Amino acid sequence: MSNNFLTQNQQKVRRKNFLIIATLIVLIVITFVISMNTGVIKLTPWEVISTLFGQGDAQQQLILFQFRLPRIVIGVLVGMGLAMAGAVLQGISKNALADPGILGINAGAGLAVMLYISFFSTTKSAPVYLLPVLAFLGAGITALLIYTLSYKRYEGITPMRLILTGIAVAAGISSAMIVLTLRLTPENYQFVATWLAGSIWGSNWRFVLSLLPWLLILLPFIYSKSRVLNILNLGEITSIGLGASIEKERRWLLAASVGLAGASVSVSGGIGFVGLIAPHLARQLVGANHQFMLPTAALLGGFLVLLADTIGRSILEPSEIPAGIVVAVFGAPYFLYLLARLKE
Amino acid sequence: MTASTGVEGLSDIDELQKQSHPIRGIVALILGVIALIFAIGFAISLGAADISLSTVWTAITQFSPELTTHQIIHDIRLPRVLGAALVGASFAVAGAIMQGMTRNPLADSGLLGLNSGAAFMLAVCFAFFPGMPYMFLILWSFVGAGLGVAIVYGVGSLSKGGLSPMRLVLAGAAVSALLGALGEGIALYYRIGQDLAFWYAGGVSGTMWSHLQILSPWILIAMIGALILSRSITLLSLGEEIAIGLGQRTAVVRVWGMVIVLILAGAAVSVVGAVGFVGLIVPHFTRYIVGHDYRWIISCSLVYGALLVVLADLVARTINPPYETPIGALIALIGVPFFLYLARKGGKEL
Repeated sequence: MSNNFLTQNQQKVRRKNFLIIATLIVLIVITFVISMNTGVIKLTPWEVISTLFGQGDAQQQLILFQFRLPRIVIGVLVGMGLAMAGAVLQGISKNALADPGILGINAGAGLAVMLYISFFSTTKSAPVYLLPVLAFLGAGITALLIYTLSYKRYEGITPMRLILTGIAVAAGISSAMIVLTLRLTPENYQFVATWLAGSIWGSNWRFVLSLLPWLLILLPFIYSKSRVLNILNLGEITSIGLGASIEKERRWLLAASVGLAGASVSVSGGIGFVGLIAPHLARQLVGANHQFMLPTAALLGGFLVLLADTIGRSILEPSEIPAGIVVAVFGAPYFLYLLARLKE
Repeated sequence: MTASTGVEGLSDIDELQKQSHPIRGIVALILGVIALIFAIGFAISLGAADISLSTVWTAITQFSPELTTHQIIHDIRLPRVLGAALVGASFAVAGAIMQGMTRNPLADSGLLGLNSGAAFMLAVCFAFFPGMPYMFLILWSFVGAGLGVAIVYGVGSLSKGGLSPMRLVLAGAAVSALLGALGEGIALYYRIGQDLAFWYAGGVSGTMWSHLQILSPWILIAMIGALILSRSITLLSLGEEIAIGLGQRTAVVRVWGMVIVLILAGAAVSVVGAVGFVGLIVPHFTRYIVGHDYRWIISCSLVYGALLVVLADLVARTINPPYETPIGALIALIGVPFFLYLARKGGKEL
């Protein structure tokens, strides 16, 4: 489709969509500055900006560059990863309620990381680059399990069976986790519990570096498949007619989504509902075309997690509420609202 | 899929009679009671200190406080086993009533947010009123269960197309996530997380006579209520129109049914934490054996629920001593595959 063939109306829509995306970026920047100010040691916005440009004193630089900035960056990246993962899952399963958290993929990633922490190493020396790989493996095995268990010959996978299977698998994984938590020392327990609740604990550049490659590869890959996702939206028969080899594309997209979810979970624990909310809001803002929907969802996801983390850090100073809990408090009611509105 | 697919072909009472097996019911009940008595006996005699069954018998019939074994039995094992039996019976009967009333094969107090509601309320009590007497703790547990179920049903009643099994389960999962997150937040903030985790996972190990004294009247009354209500629930399970056609006041039955479910689930959670799947598995199992008459389903669920949790608790403390394996995890070991099986069948089993 070249620009010449776009009708006036389509151009209007495009302009509106670009405006929305720009607004989201501005919102993230504003939240970014606010979040830089949030914490026990207060900095004025001016101090934040001047420190960012290399004018601050040593203490200000330490706080911003070593503690707050990496955490904020991770929050945004995690949000983007989870939102894209959710958008892809919703697209390939044609189920509006699919989300890596609800399907138990986050739990699988969490279990893998937790197994590692409780058997091999203390939290400090755990090799950070290994954690996303482990989480990816955990998420992958879980996804495979759910896929196999909900697959029925001649029928394929129905959305309902997929979700019910996901819930059951998630229940099984969380009871395995309970068994593990009881073996931990109280300090390790506090760490694991905070992590599981979805706290951005890796406020450290190393975690940014361990997360970034996954996003840099998978986000463009998924975006390049936005036309495939659009076609999948049309339904099985139409898309076969259009020549997309559905099953193959679906598997690649599923793998990408699992990779994103796994990498995100490894640094942030189980932040649920972002993968559900962000794509929904994005669809309402820019429509179902994945070309616009995917970037909007990613930005919304980054914004939501950043906002949740900022709220969680400031609401009960000096102690913190994990971002995942803040997201759940807003996300679960939204999920219920969607559930009530949705026709089956 | 809609809620009505559950009882296709069961359109009137004659059909029901064909599908009900009172003789099997009586046999199942008798066998269940015998098995339960044996299970209780073994559960009391096995453990860190093995005690012979005859000693168990004398400890119960002729208790002498000087003997250590008698003391172990009387102070630790007996209340624990009775607690397990009460919890199992409560979850199972609550599940049976919910499945019958909602005609939803996946209904279970764990899946529908009751358990997590009660657990959430208990976390609140632990954090803000430490040392709250058990009597009040259990009342709050009822309130929490009510909160969970109110949200789930609220969502259901606002939905287009009503409460399908899938919608109910999803709403339950979301409500559990919400209340779980809130409870976790409180627990993390007040650093009572591991206490709560131990308490949720520790099963019935901490049950004391004083707890049983407070619990058992509630459970007993609720159980009697459930048995009285069981005939009406059978009619409800045939469908709203049929029940009304047969002269039943369905609203009254539903309200009482819900009250009983709240008491049973709330009481059980206050002992054992949020253990899921008992209320899902047991009623399906009994329904498979005794047919569709809820008089038999409920009474057999009572016995077999107790049996399941007594056995689970026995395994929990003997499989990996001196550690206790969480009961909830053990039951999930059976419950998850069972749930998967139901999900595969598309929930056509009620």
